[in-house]
Amino acid sequence: MRAVWRQWVLLPVAAVVVGLIAGALLILVSGDNPLTAYGGMAEGAFGGSDAIGRTLEKATPLIMGGLAVAFAFKAGLFNIGGQGQLLVGAAFAAWAGFGLDLPTVLHIPLALIVGGVAGSVFGAVAGLLKATRGTHEVITTIMLNFVAANLTDWLVSRDGPWKDPDSGAVARSPHVADSAALPRWGFLPVGFLVAVAVAVAVWWVVNRSVLGFEISTVGQNAKAATYAGISVVRITVVAMAISAFLAGLGGAIQTQGVNGRFEPGFNSGLGFDGITIALLARTNALAVIPAALLIGAMDAGSTLMQSRTDVPPEIISVIQGFILFLVAAPSVVRWMLRLRQDLGAGTNVDLAAGWGAS
Amino acid sequence: MTDGSEPTKGTPAETIAGATRSGPTVAPDGSPWLLEVRGLTKRFPGVVANDDVDLTLARGEILGLLGENGAGKSTLVKMLFGIHLPDEGTMWLNGTEIRPTGPGDAIALGIGMVHQHFQLVAPLTVAENIVLGAEPRKSRLFDRRGAERRVREISEQYGLEVEPSDTLGDLPVGIQQRVEILKALYRNAELLILDEPTAVLTPQETDELLAIMRDLAANGVGIIFITHKLREVLAVTDRVTVLRRGRSVGTVDTSSATTESLAELMVGRSVVLRVDKGDAAPGPVVLSVQNLEVRDDRRQTTVRGATFEVHAGEIVGIAGVEGNGQRELVEAITGIRPIHAGTVTIEGFTVHGHPRTVREHGVAYIPEDRERDGLVGNYSVADNLVLTEYHRPPYAGHGLRHTDAVGRLASELVEQFDVRTPSIDVAVSTLSGGNKQKVIVARELSEDKRLVVASQPTRGVDVGSIEFIHNQLVAARDRGSAVLLVSAELDEIFGLADRIAVIYEGRIVAVCDPATVSREDVGLLMAGGQPSEPVAAG
Amino acid sequence: MAATARPATSPRDTAGSRAASTLAANRSGLAIGAAVVVLALVAYQWDGVQTTAITARTVREAAPLILAALCGLVGERSGVINIGIEGQMLLGAYSGFMAASYSGSLLVGVVAAVGVAALAGLFLAWAAVALRMDQIIAGTVINIVGAGATSFFYVAGRTMPRFPQWSIPGLEDLPLVGRTLFNHGPLTYTAAVMVLVIHVALFHTRWGLRTRAVGEHPGAADTVGVRIERLRYVNLTLAGGLSGLAGIALLQSAGAFDRGMTAGRGFIALAVMIFGRWRPTGVLGAALLFGLFNAVQAQLQFKQALDVPPQFFGMIPFILTIAVLAVAGVKARPPAAAGRPYDPE
Repeated sequence: MRAVWRQWVLLPVAAVVVGLIAGALLILVSGDNPLTAYGGMAEGAFGGSDAIGRTLEKATPLIMGGLAVAFAFKAGLFNIGGQGQLLVGAAFAAWAGFGLDLPTVLHIPLALIVGGVAGSVFGAVAGLLKATRGTHEVITTIMLNFVAANLTDWLVSRDGPWKDPDSGAVARSPHVADSAALPRWGFLPVGFLVAVAVAVAVWWVVNRSVLGFEISTVGQNAKAATYAGISVVRITVVAMAISAFLAGLGGAIQTQGVNGRFEPGFNSGLGFDGITIALLARTNALAVIPAALLIGAMDAGSTLMQSRTDVPPEIISVIQGFILFLVAAPSVVRWMLRLRQDLGAGTNVDLAAGWGAS
Repeated sequence: MTDGSEPTKGTPAETIAGATRSGPTVAPDGSPWLLEVRGLTKRFPGVVANDDVDLTLARGEILGLLGENGAGKSTLVKMLFGIHLPDEGTMWLNGTEIRPTGPGDAIALGIGMVHQHFQLVAPLTVAENIVLGAEPRKSRLFDRRGAERRVREISEQYGLEVEPSDTLGDLPVGIQQRVEILKALYRNAELLILDEPTAVLTPQETDELLAIMRDLAANGVGIIFITHKLREVLAVTDRVTVLRRGRSVGTVDTSSATTESLAELMVGRSVVLRVDKGDAAPGPVVLSVQNLEVRDDRRQTTVRGATFEVHAGEIVGIAGVEGNGQRELVEAITGIRPIHAGTVTIEGFTVHGHPRTVREHGVAYIPEDRERDGLVGNYSVADNLVLTEYHRPPYAGHGLRHTDAVGRLASELVEQFDVRTPSIDVAVSTLSGGNKQKVIVARELSEDKRLVVASQPTRGVDVGSIEFIHNQLVAARDRGSAVLLVSAELDEIFGLADRIAVIYEGRIVAVCDPATVSREDVGLLMAGGQPSEPVAAG
Repeated sequence: MAATARPATSPRDTAGSRAASTLAANRSGLAIGAAVVVLALVAYQWDGVQTTAITARTVREAAPLILAALCGLVGERSGVINIGIEGQMLLGAYSGFMAASYSGSLLVGVVAAVGVAALAGLFLAWAAVALRMDQIIAGTVINIVGAGATSFFYVAGRTMPRFPQWSIPGLEDLPLVGRTLFNHGPLTYTAAVMVLVIHVALFHTRWGLRTRAVGEHPGAADTVGVRIERLRYVNLTLAGGLSGLAGIALLQSAGAFDRGMTAGRGFIALAVMIFGRWRPTGVLGAALLFGLFNAVQAQLQFKQALDVPPQFFGMIPFILTIAVLAVAGVKARPPAAAGRPYDPE
């Protein structure tokens, strides 16, 4: 029980605290008061229902991005391409949103699914290359991020097919139809509820389903999976497709629930956030929700922080880098907290097993 | 220190070592021992790997270090070589106390080691491998030509023929082993430790190695020869020190030892090498392998036209030196590795990859490398017990797992197969080697199968579990399964098999009857030779 | 068994056969190189100005890729995968830019870039060796912190001294070749020299032999007393310095630091390394090939020779990288120990 408490609460919290302290030092170095900065951040994230709504809104794509990375981890895959898959999902959901005329009960889910499937197809390429050619997914998914950025840029650019005809020189898609827009209930964005429901579903698939067992088996020991009759090729492609579906769905929620349309480059950095969140959550789908809320709160609060102290929002990525490092190297936190070695290993991930087909 | 109950043939050194003296003792000729070890103890969490071990070695002497798996041989030599630090005890080299704290230290002292798993770098050349760590230089650059010259000199001096510019990875195992020995000689080793050097060699290569060892000893090198093969010990050593459960239980002169006396020292009781089994009652053909060709991971054809059959109710043992295609053969039969040419049929069903389909035709498979192929270390014992059946009722239905049914199955199997585990929910990686293997055996043999494929089923397993696993295989045979046993241990093959098929370079070169064929003839066949008298087919 | 050992040959013969086998190993590279040269000559006859512009740009574009790929190569040859090159380059470029900007000296900028990137390399070594952290995640940390910190401390509107253009008198006036090879900024020459330096170091020094052994079979190196951990620390730190030079090479082309100016080159460099089969000479060839595609793409776009949206040109290097990995990666044989922490047991 104590071990569980330490693994799931103490270590991640310690990592976050140390990350915040490191960020505070940077803020000091750059000549601002960290307390004012963090105070502004906290107020911007939690000060009132508007702020909370904004935090939930920011957390929504982060939950999806975190789920995408966490799910791929289960199969031993490192999906760094969440950002690209999310972009593609967002663009295609916009198309389904403005291009179709359907009743709300159909339009909302259909556009969400179109976005998810588009992201999924995009990400499955990396899975397919990994499974059949041995191409390392870290490189392919990063390269596909750049491809996705260019592709979606073009879709809504001057020459692109999905350009908003009324936007003049601005590259963006038309607004989605009201029947496709995810509403807000008070300060509560419905998209957030969708993301939470998806997290529960993912947890359930991973822990209770036959597919989840197959995916974990491949991730834990591909040789033993083959021995057990599981097709490693099939599982690699399926896992990558599902992971990318989650990211694409995140993009769709963003389009339908927040932006209302597709605008290029709205999400820079979201893919990397997903890595931090997934590891902070120790790749558990349910734990992704609080982890994403934490990062989402930092995001939501960064505007007020900047207006009060001139601290640019990029500080968040630096803090995130520290957090990621600390959760991936628990021995450091252990040492800082003077804990004993009985904590067990950190998040068990082994990704760096070489390139190529060997 | 010797165990009081054991017969000890005392050498002069033994007598003196028994006395309480702190300094080093001397060899019979009055000079210091090349190596003397007294009271060496090493503890690991939960186990005493070496407990008060003594041994002595003279210059030019070959000392056999004999013991079962897990008897502490490796720990002992790792301390000599500086990889582990002893908790207690003293080592003297030429009468000077030593305490090597790393391989570099040991090498500098003149200790050389030929590891069981070669410590060689495949893409480098022979010369590069030999000089690595002590490279000659010329005007600040690596002097490759000088290195090759020096290697050629040493290889001629000791009669160990190698070509220094060859790429190591292209060479046969026997030559690679020479490179390992040359590595030690290049560093002026006076003491050479050979750790299970014959495990990977053909009988002919083994004979050559034994001859090399004698030459080296004649040149004044002291050799510690670690093995569990009694015949080799008798053939080449001057004295033998036997380890059992981490203790040295005796040192004997080889001239006065016999296979039986050594085996008894090693195991601590009179060992029955024979497995208790009745005659086979072979039925119809179950497994038929015809002109099979299979490629390995590097796309080299390693099974080249193998043909043989296994009948219901018999055990066919595949004998062969490791690396002659056994792994690929077994993986092709079980559907894990694609078949390049030829056919594998199991009671009329033709295998085409797809391990699951093969299993569904009643095939059980105990893989060679259980940690890597047969188990998921982080999974519970229960999930490992259901690893091949997880997807079918009652363990799953409608895409969901039924963990209750899995738990019931696991509890039953753990009971039935005597798997020693605190619970069915602990990670299988926490179990001992023997119990891990029992998990696999329980999973594979709990139901009657048409065909049982067992590859090195007792490697690295304690004596009690070996007996249990052997009995399970014989029981499967007696229930009418066809059993294909692949083993590098000739003792295991001769003990279990009803027919022996010898594999050499991917072909089955002979099928013989263990009751009539001699070990020497099987050994010759394993090396690609032909016995002078035709071998009777079984 | 004695029959399998070949009779000893004279050293001269083995040296000759070694040269022959080196040639054979690089055959496909040589063929591609020859084809490119022929193509360039033909194109030069057809349109000299355009062709020279493209070949010169090829070399310029290749320089940062070469340096970054050499960084990855030294790391993997020592057994550590470095996916953080992108972040290291950003850190190097940023510190180099700021140092040069404040001091007014390019040399100070180079020293700062190399130093900071080397520190990032040291961090990777620490994470991989001492903490036994997953190397991909350690590299990702460098990428996140590199991108974040350089954006956080980014100051708009600063300038740095211009890089000189070094032309080699007498050679620069040669047609085609002169502008292509002998009229560049210092970092371009540095990249070429580094290929040679790393090649000689890797294959003709004691350090190189030990590095290759540690990357393939650390256990073997350990048992002959090579200090694996120290070697990995040293090598990753040095390799980090190379990525700092790569960052400076980016500044040489761009003239100033910009957020995210690496634009994926740190990852493309890994593809260059793999395509170059972990050999410095192979890296040179692969980087030139990537540079050529970039240069052609840029020239076509600049000239608006084809009616294709610019985004499609923008995708080319990334799709090319994927294609190269999917085709060449299958045959690739990375250093066997790359990615795994060394466990002496």
